[in-house]
Amino acid sequence: MSAAPEGLTVTEQGTVLRDGAFGNARALCCRECGHEVALGPHYACPECFGPLEVSYDFPTVTREEIAAGPRNIWRYKALLPVPTDIEQSPNTEPGFTRLLEARNLAAELGIDKLWVKDDSTNPTNSFKDRVVACALSAARELHAKVFACPSTGNLANAVAAAGARAGIKTVVFIPSNLEKPKQVNSAVYTDSLVAVEGNYDDVNKLASEIAGEEEGWAFVNVNVRPFYAEGSKTLGYEIAEQLGWRLPDQVVIPVASGSQLTKVHKAFQELVKLGLVDDKPVRIFGAQATGCSPVSTAYKADTDAIRPVKPDTIAKSLAIGNPADGIYVLDICRETGGAVEDVTDDEVREGILLLARTEGVFTETAGGTTVGVLKKLVETGQLDTTLETVVINTGMGLKTLDAVADEVGPAATIKPSYGAFVSTGLV
Amino acid sequence: MSVEVRVPTILRTYTQGASEVSASGDTLSAVLDDLEAHYAGIRARVLDDNGRLRRFVNVYVGDEDVRFLDDLATPTPDGTKVSIIPAVAGG
Repeated sequence: MSAAPEGLTVTEQGTVLRDGAFGNARALCCRECGHEVALGPHYACPECFGPLEVSYDFPTVTREEIAAGPRNIWRYKALLPVPTDIEQSPNTEPGFTRLLEARNLAAELGIDKLWVKDDSTNPTNSFKDRVVACALSAARELHAKVFACPSTGNLANAVAAAGARAGIKTVVFIPSNLEKPKQVNSAVYTDSLVAVEGNYDDVNKLASEIAGEEEGWAFVNVNVRPFYAEGSKTLGYEIAEQLGWRLPDQVVIPVASGSQLTKVHKAFQELVKLGLVDDKPVRIFGAQATGCSPVSTAYKADTDAIRPVKPDTIAKSLAIGNPADGIYVLDICRETGGAVEDVTDDEVREGILLLARTEGVFTETAGGTTVGVLKKLVETGQLDTTLETVVINTGMGLKTLDAVADEVGPAATIKPSYGAFVSTGLV
Repeated sequence: MSVEVRVPTILRTYTQGASEVSASGDTLSAVLDDLEAHYAGIRARVLDDNGRLRRFVNVYVGDEDVRFLDDLATPTPDGTKVSIIPAVAGG
């Protein structure tokens, strides 16, 4: 850091930061070796390439202060790397989505108490609005010119929408074989949607190369990833607050890069440390699709070595063959007594229909994967059906209609007469 | 054999800021040895104490992750492009 006018700091890289740009965040800390780096557009440890995580000096935070906040993720702003005036900056104001008590699904599966955290109701219909809102704040404070991402679809939607609302140029990169609705849901917000001939891991590599070469580009899940990822903590905060400031016994979370699962775990730990909830064991389970299951495969093989795979699944939003946080997912699931499980594409489709027909929630393939895994965990005895369980639905079924389009449709096509209807047997 | 190596930002302190450098070697392992000879210390940033690729480093020969090829034994024919990229991205 060097001398600067009052209220401003100039980093070693020459970035001018205002005081409190990142709220109560103190530094970026390597999860592998503990090396600390000043807050800025950094994501890999200069010593060991390990992932950098935001660390904080938290003040006292009370339930009352949080409850008095807005009904979006900024009610938790004291626990996020954002400035205290974050609500004044245009963003999509995601979060505080519903926590549904899933009585019918619980009865179907034989679980005593089950909740669905339904993030399909976020502004662009996935949990990605949470992480993008935090990344947008970082991009603003770092004076980025371009807001960008490599994406399996939902993230592209969220980045494009948030960028439009904030008035910042966006460029989003997707695999060219992505579902059409996810392409349209980005392209309506930006004229800079780039379809890359390759899978998500190819897109991710390209984004990392661009981030290393272009000044002023904030790739939400590359060079501002430490800030971005913190947004997923709000899922954990909300679950606890909506349960009446207590932790659930078990949580089932989809795994793509694995970041969300690690952040929900971090959120629970922070709430305990801050005295906002009582400490208790929480078993955390990860869900993957069999066609892209490097973490589940490593879990079942009882190894820490995650072998990258070439994804082949309809659950494209989970199709990350080389998951950055996979190793930490393994650690957390093993330490907490959870597991990582995977289901086939047919089971993903069944999961989508199961949630829709028991709870009236139309999830996308990632949610189908999570519900499918929930079912499998029950059937294989890995999940304790007597314990209170939360399953996270991360996205909206309208974005992946093709997945179930051939599975559902009219029960009958009839002439407009009462007799014709009676003949269908639906009376 | 001469190859071009793309250097990530956090390793450019070893290459005097260069984002791309030339190196020689028939395999990725030999290329890393040659890099070390010219930019002392860089190999230990890419390989761990056991001489394996660090967990959070992705290395590509051409456009393919060497973990899908032969890891450090992956051949690097003349003119190949080698890219070293931090793995902690995406999702």
